[in-house]
Amino acid sequence: MLLPTALALASLVACKSASSSPAGGVSPQQLADAVHAVLESDRAVYTREVVNRLQNELGVIKASEHWKEDKALPLPAQMFRMGADLTAQKEAGVHYALLSQWPISRQNLPRTDVEKGGLAFVVENPTQNYYGSERLGDTNYFTAVYPDKAIAPACVQCHNQHASSPRHDFALGDVMGGVVIRLAQ
Amino acid sequence: MRRLAAVKTWSLLSVTALAGLGALVSGKAGDRTLLVPGATSDGHHQIELACDACHSPFGGSAALDASCTRCHGAELAAADDTHPRRIFTDPRNAMRLAQLDARRCVSCHREHWPEGTREMGVTVAEDQCAFCHDDIGHERASHAGLDAASCTDTGCHKYHDNRSTYEEFLVSHAGEPPLLARAAPAPSVPRAPTPGRTPLTAANADAPDSVELESSELSDWAESAHAAGGVNCSGCHAPEGRWSNAVSVDACGRCHTGERAGWVSGKHGMRVGLGLSPMRPASAREPMQAAASEAELGCNSCHGSHRFDRRAAAVESCLGCHADTHSLAYEASPHARALRAELDGQAPVGSGVSCATCHLPRVTHATGQRTVEHNQNANLRPSEKMLRSVCLDCHGLAFAIDSLADAASIQNNFASPPAQHVPSIDWALAHAGRSPSIPGAEHEPPSTTRSSSTPPL
Repeated sequence: MLLPTALALASLVACKSASSSPAGGVSPQQLADAVHAVLESDRAVYTREVVNRLQNELGVIKASEHWKEDKALPLPAQMFRMGADLTAQKEAGVHYALLSQWPISRQNLPRTDVEKGGLAFVVENPTQNYYGSERLGDTNYFTAVYPDKAIAPACVQCHNQHASSPRHDFALGDVMGGVVIRLAQ
Repeated sequence: MRRLAAVKTWSLLSVTALAGLGALVSGKAGDRTLLVPGATSDGHHQIELACDACHSPFGGSAALDASCTRCHGAELAAADDTHPRRIFTDPRNAMRLAQLDARRCVSCHREHWPEGTREMGVTVAEDQCAFCHDDIGHERASHAGLDAASCTDTGCHKYHDNRSTYEEFLVSHAGEPPLLARAAPAPSVPRAPTPGRTPLTAANADAPDSVELESSELSDWAESAHAAGGVNCSGCHAPEGRWSNAVSVDACGRCHTGERAGWVSGKHGMRVGLGLSPMRPASAREPMQAAASEAELGCNSCHGSHRFDRRAAAVESCLGCHADTHSLAYEASPHARALRAELDGQAPVGSGVSCATCHLPRVTHATGQRTVEHNQNANLRPSEKMLRSVCLDCHGLAFAIDSLADAASIQNNFASPPAQHVPSIDWALAHAGRSPSIPGAEHEPPSTTRSSSTPPL
């Protein structure tokens, strides 16, 4: 995944428009969409073929928020965050995060204007994405926000029951937050 | 002509000065003490003359950070570091870096600054948590109005290692009594014998005839685990063929790899680990016994030689050097009484508590083998590290936290029960929607240690 990302990032230097393709390259929006497609697919596969199969169908092992302590599988959202952490360590110019207006940890609240605007937009428009640009520190970023929906009963159950969750009325299919992807420009 | 001579003189002086400085820094000439710009922290003072331990390559905070990570990186990873660098390279936190560049170890742990250095080498303000967590009162009613300087109080939060104090862990240990019914220690899986070696007796000793043995040395060795494991005299005294009466740390480390690695990472062996002369108690910042002040620390300092009495290494060896209040109070402590009862056969095996029980604990590996952690600092700072590795073997979490938070109790080696109560578990229970039921809370707990303008629950 990182090789095409790096190649595409190199092509962004000459990119002026977020959605149009520069000659011989991809636009930031196309790249962000591609990164999101990979992330979303990996997460769906982990949820379905690892957690759901081993925990719910075969009953071999459980998934737990405290997976190390409990010698269990990480939750899909934790798996997603671990991937984000590892990617961040590589300092490859791409960052992604799972944020929400109702996070279990307040560190995952929207913080920048684009994050706030993006999350509000995808909650109101669950079938659309949000794109923007922002300057954070001394770097410009193309930032995309994708709706993150409750696709399994476990998502709803965990967030509604968690002591640190500020919202307890999520229903299946609700937008619970958003995947935020940032590309350094 | 005179000007040319002056230039030559200055050039010669400059080159000489630079060469001299280079020789000093490299350690090839002279005493480096002159180069130390200010006293180093307690953690590093032993090795402050090994400049390149931290300054290699010299210059820049990135190089310093790499040096920090070389020694402390594995420990941070094992602790699931709560504030790793990656959090602060996240663009979302870019605006926070202007206040504190937490991407760098040296932003919070500046060396050579004794007047600004707090415990554990921390050189930022006590209320630094508020930079990012000033709204915690909105999330936790129990935390509203708390002084941010109290965030890192014992039993609460630590910047790096929160394995013993995260909420679910606190809740899972709620209600435990001060003294648990201690299970018998797991039997140790003996170290696998080296292939081809068979047990030895005194008749097999291969010390050269030229070596004069004291009467007890041969019999001590013959009764040791070394002889039982087929390790002859030459195994320690001539590991590479040339006999030496002195046995080096490296010679021991040829077999005891993990023990050596731990020892050179702690305060007993860090100097040896960096190629410096061995540590002497005279150089310690903690009070030490005057009679031991010039002893040089090696494996034999604690274990002796030939007999390798692990029981002596667990108490007598420690007290032979350490003369701080906590150490001097050991013999009269409940822990020491428990050890005496065990040794007298009046209490179960494993129920006694020596110095080593807490400070050099046994670690059970996935293979079932139990080894001793020889880095005495591994669970010492912050003290909460000791909760999981030691305290909870015998004590309930609430009692253990309260004890570690009570400076007087630590000083008298836990001879008195904790005089204060840390409400961490109470608050975690309240947040989880459960009622506090810890013994301390049920039985009129002492006043809480937290400064708050609101009630704790």
